[in-house]
Amino acid sequence: MELKRTPLYGAHVRLGGRMVEFGGFEMPVQYPTGVIREHMAVRTACGLFDVSHMGEVTLEGPDSVKNLNMLLTNDYTRMEDGQARYSPMCNENGGTVDDLIVYKVSGDRYFIVVNASNREKDVAWMKEHLFGDAVLNDVSDAWGQIALQGPAAEKILKKMTAPENIPQKGYHALWDRDVGGIKCIVSRTGYTGSDGFELYVPAEKTEEMWNALLENGRDEGLIPCGLGARDTLRLEASMPLYGHELSDTISPLTAGLGYFVKMDKPDFIGKSALEAAGQPPRRRVGLKAVGRGILREHQDVYLDGRKIGQTTSGTHCPYIGCSAAMAILDREHAGIGTHVEVDVRGRMVEAEIVPMPFYKK
Amino acid sequence: MNFPKELKYTRTHEWVRFTDEKTAYIGITDFAQDQLGDLVFVNLPSEGDALTAGEAFADVESVKAVSDVNSPVTGTVAKVNEELADAPEKMNETPYEAWFVMAEDISGAEDLMDAEAYEEFVKTEGAS
Repeated sequence: MELKRTPLYGAHVRLGGRMVEFGGFEMPVQYPTGVIREHMAVRTACGLFDVSHMGEVTLEGPDSVKNLNMLLTNDYTRMEDGQARYSPMCNENGGTVDDLIVYKVSGDRYFIVVNASNREKDVAWMKEHLFGDAVLNDVSDAWGQIALQGPAAEKILKKMTAPENIPQKGYHALWDRDVGGIKCIVSRTGYTGSDGFELYVPAEKTEEMWNALLENGRDEGLIPCGLGARDTLRLEASMPLYGHELSDTISPLTAGLGYFVKMDKPDFIGKSALEAAGQPPRRRVGLKAVGRGILREHQDVYLDGRKIGQTTSGTHCPYIGCSAAMAILDREHAGIGTHVEVDVRGRMVEAEIVPMPFYKK
Repeated sequence: MNFPKELKYTRTHEWVRFTDEKTAYIGITDFAQDQLGDLVFVNLPSEGDALTAGEAFADVESVKAVSDVNSPVTGTVAKVNEELADAPEKMNETPYEAWFVMAEDISGAEDLMDAEAYEEFVKTEGAS
């Protein structure tokens, strides 16, 4: 299959980005600065990410909210205009089709952001289950998306737009705002655990916006960041990644996302399966390496010589300065403070079950 | 990219510096560290461990991935650079000073390249 390119492909190549395949796209995994400096820039200054590979879908019509409440585990009944709300999307068995963010644009218009690798699957799934007067459209190709993440993000944005175009509350967005002369959606969201924004920009204007942001952010220490830092940042902030902590066979309850699963709603796809299963026998936990070594995904976890589960993601976390992982373990052995052993390619590395997130701003 | 003349190189991007016929220091090249990215961990062998030319004797981990490091020579580990374990970034900063082990009793070696041949090898490798 031929790899897709985002509107920023040329910019990445010019900046020396090391291009790799991700979710069907050619994306920069890092720039010459390297993953550690990119990661630290987001925690201490600011980083700029191309996230145009994410999929965007619109849902419109009088029955939109009814459809959202049936398709998704979270409750979309009461939303302000511009508000964003995260949700898993379950299959009939209680496994997870994807996790996504829904924005209420206004009235009965919604804007949904899905994972790049699940875009086609999600659109097919949602269309298959749609009912009543509601229309779903995949508008991904019309939009670029840029994430401006880090404590200096707001200061940089203020150089480019009026204060009323900057959402003050997290998980809120403003539509059709002028930033540096370009109309876009300004959303106070992100996938790094640091403060920041995601800008949805018309595809043909995305490179112009990228360059303007880099220019305006230079004095604040803004640097371009690749998918490598995006992954270490989200792991340090203990955010789940589809295909790791969530999958067709991992329910949002096993992944510890019960807060986003409203079992008191009348119905949603997967509800009866989740109800029937009761409390899942396994749960997602955070692990910090105590011994020397880097924890990675798909490594077996042992307690007193008995296998109690497997890691789902793991890496070296530059800001907290140690290796951390997430794992799905037997609930009865998953208490905070428990010391376990992780099989790191045949070598047992000691790790401790610790509270998540590993990093909190 | 730096290719010191006094070193010999392998196709798997290790360098070796012979101090005499039987003794040598081993590390990874500038090209290797650049390809691997920021290194955050090294798993080193112990003194007295056997080394076999072409076989893994250590591994290094970047933020993203783990890679084996192969021994250019057959011999025995005489000294281990324990400092690397505490400061793995040295492998990125000064790859030709950041030796992993000193080998002794060397009885054989891989087909090693000189600096010029290795530079040429890297060019073709980088282009592919």
